[in-house]
Amino acid sequence: MKNIRSVLIGLFTGFANGLFGSGGGTIAVPAMEKLLSVEPHKSHATAIALILPLSAVSAAIYIFKTDIPWSIFIPTVLGSVSGGIIGAKFLKKVPTKYLHKIFALFMLAAAVRMII
Amino acid sequence: MKFFFTGILSGIISGMGIGGGTILIPAITFLSDITQKQAQSINLLCFLPTAAAALFIHAKNKNIETKILKPLLIFGITGAVIGSFAALYIDNSLLKKAFGFFLLAMAVREFFAKT
Repeated sequence: MKNIRSVLIGLFTGFANGLFGSGGGTIAVPAMEKLLSVEPHKSHATAIALILPLSAVSAAIYIFKTDIPWSIFIPTVLGSVSGGIIGAKFLKKVPTKYLHKIFALFMLAAAVRMII
Repeated sequence: MKFFFTGILSGIISGMGIGGGTILIPAITFLSDITQKQAQSINLLCFLPTAAAALFIHAKNKNIETKILKPLLIFGITGAVIGSFAALYIDNSLLKKAFGFFLLAMAVREFFAKT
């Protein structure tokens, strides 16, 4: 049973992450916790171990067919690496409950704008 | 500069486990005239160095459940190839709408999540 679950989690995570260029973690983390009984503190790390190679494969396919706007990519990647470090160092000290709700509203607004 | 700050914000959010890309992709499409596919390419590429650094730290702390990874990786890569080619063959405006619905679902889940 667990094998079938792993197959489905892998397929869904890879497909969504490839189709949308993001979002693999938002599928893999809860799926591994609920369906494969991975402990919560390990699911985040294990999801990265899964999604990093998936994103590398997807990025390679995208690069073939898309003009990458390097002038936007370079400042963005410098920012996201810095943000990752800031987050890792300081995030544990901030109560994130309300941040989650605020970001959910931002996501909702962005979603509506993209759909309409 | 605006892209640098967008990157910082998405990097911080990634650490919260929300998925930085879900913020980064709409933000950079609103701030410039790039296509949905270009934005998705940028996000995939931005994820690689950040995730590699995080993975290194997690591996050192032995937080990775390696014994379950093999089937996930095999079928994950299969799914990634199908999903990526699908994205490249779909029209940009349709892909953007589909992304919007995906984002909507995640926003609703995030809002009601117990954290």
